[in-house]
Amino acid sequence: MDYNAFRHFADSWGLLYLLAIFVFVVLFMFRPGAKKHAQMAAQIPLKDDRSPQGEE
Amino acid sequence: MRNLGWTILLAFGAMLSLLAAGFAQDVLFQTHAWVIFFALALATIYMLRKVDFAGTAAPVDKSGYFDDPIRAGVILTTFWGVVGFLVGVVVALQLAFPQLNIEPYLNFGRLRPLHTSAVIFAFGGTALITSSFYVVQRTTSARLISDGLAQFVFWGYQLFILMAATGYVLGITQGREYAEPEWYVDIWITIVWVGYLILFLGTLFKRKEPHIYVANWFYLAFIFTIAMLHVVNNLAMPVSPFSIKSYSAFAGVQDALTQWWYGHNAVGFFLTAGFLGMMYYFMPKQAERPVYSYRLSIIHFWSLIFMYIWAGPHHLHYTALPDWAQTLGMVFSVMLWMPSWGGMINGLMTLSGAWDKLRTDPIIRMMVIAVAFYGMSTFEGPMMSIKAVNGLSHYTDWTIGHVHSGALGWVGMISFGMVYFLVPRLWGRERLYSLRMVNWHFWLATLGIVVYAAVMWVSGITQGLMWREYDAEGFLVYSFAETVAALKPYYILRAVGGAMYLVGGFVMAYNVYMTIKGKTRNEKPIAVAHVASAQPAE
Repeated sequence: MDYNAFRHFADSWGLLYLLAIFVFVVLFMFRPGAKKHAQMAAQIPLKDDRSPQGEE
Repeated sequence: MRNLGWTILLAFGAMLSLLAAGFAQDVLFQTHAWVIFFALALATIYMLRKVDFAGTAAPVDKSGYFDDPIRAGVILTTFWGVVGFLVGVVVALQLAFPQLNIEPYLNFGRLRPLHTSAVIFAFGGTALITSSFYVVQRTTSARLISDGLAQFVFWGYQLFILMAATGYVLGITQGREYAEPEWYVDIWITIVWVGYLILFLGTLFKRKEPHIYVANWFYLAFIFTIAMLHVVNNLAMPVSPFSIKSYSAFAGVQDALTQWWYGHNAVGFFLTAGFLGMMYYFMPKQAERPVYSYRLSIIHFWSLIFMYIWAGPHHLHYTALPDWAQTLGMVFSVMLWMPSWGGMINGLMTLSGAWDKLRTDPIIRMMVIAVAFYGMSTFEGPMMSIKAVNGLSHYTDWTIGHVHSGALGWVGMISFGMVYFLVPRLWGRERLYSLRMVNWHFWLATLGIVVYAAVMWVSGITQGLMWREYDAEGFLVYSFAETVAALKPYYILRAVGGAMYLVGGFVMAYNVYMTIKGKTRNEKPIAVAHVASAQPAE
């Protein structure tokens, strides 16, 4: 693949691919039920004084 | 026999550097090899005394978190911070008073990369490694997968700092900004970094907490992207295995673009993503409330990751770089406004409902000013990337001011907050030696940055305007030396701002030292929240 073909691939299909992932991620964050999950995740740092798993 | 393997490895490393010194083809390589030899030899002797030859030592208790390198990291973060700020004040003074250039080891050309690397890689890098070890363990409820690997990553990184710093003073550089160390140092840091990635990923894999908290996403993006950037930017062919000199794999404008693809993403993924990981953990902890919007933090993450990587070409406006690439860099930089401000709002709003803490808790104040500076410098940056603005600002002190509002304001302040948060916890102290000294540090640092940034704006715009001033016949009005002379007062003022920041660093170092010693300062508590005394109902 020469430079030009590579470049045109990058600014068409490559761009579309990245954009699609990004749009998916954003939509996924707003799926029904995501809010509850996110609120639980946000609590993770505040409950960290549990004992770690640690190997024996 | 515990520690024996690592000791043998260190001795082997010392022997290799001795051989390198023997086979060296130039004096600089030889000197550098001797420096590395002595460092490794001393480390070998130190470790040899720790080897448990009799096999009588009690087995290591692995039921808790592994905090040894974190304790060392907090001390070294403080130490490198003070060293980096000190060298910064020295180079600022060298610009104002050129007599201070002491040839050849301590002239500006050698001390400048020493300053940038000391603050970015020594201070910032140690802060990132330290805090990532702490955060990943606490948010996954898992101990780091390997004590030995963690120590290797931490101390291997310190060896990289030593190699880089001594190299600059000797005059060894490949001339790439923020990537000055030569090929052999680059190979070493690559090995350390792969260890870091394995350690971090491995700990995530064996996590007890099902969800991976967002701070770890930012840390992982930082580790992974820096590996990629570092390897590509440093592709080079050494002239000999025993010489400092190497030649880049790229030439001309490709080389310049690779360098700024690296350079800007070092800002994006080292100085931003990594420290955002810090923000998303330590701000909620210190405020004792969850992050304002967890979903916003996820969107912040993905949009930052998708956009930052394209912004590099804005460092090459009006150069031989194709116009479309310059425009691409500019457009993506402007788009970065959105995720940056989303992140800033998310950080600040974490305090909503608890704003009174700003008055009573100087540590949270430090974190809030850090996020505020994050917002300010990520507003200024995209603006400066616009070609028309860049035509005025590029190559002037405005850029230096911008970098420092991000570095001193955002990176520095959030790291100070992290240090103040960790010290009492790691050494089991009830509280810091002195909260009032934190407050002093806060004001010294904040006012220092304000002086620094304001002075550099004036100086940069003066410089930019003088450079482009034409007379009626189309001749340049000012010679270069005249523009330099005009800036002298600003250079002196800049050193004043930097010195205030440095004094703040000393105050922190003293506070950290006394806290570790277990002292508490007898002082009036900081204004306790004013609670209107409730009247009992009659």
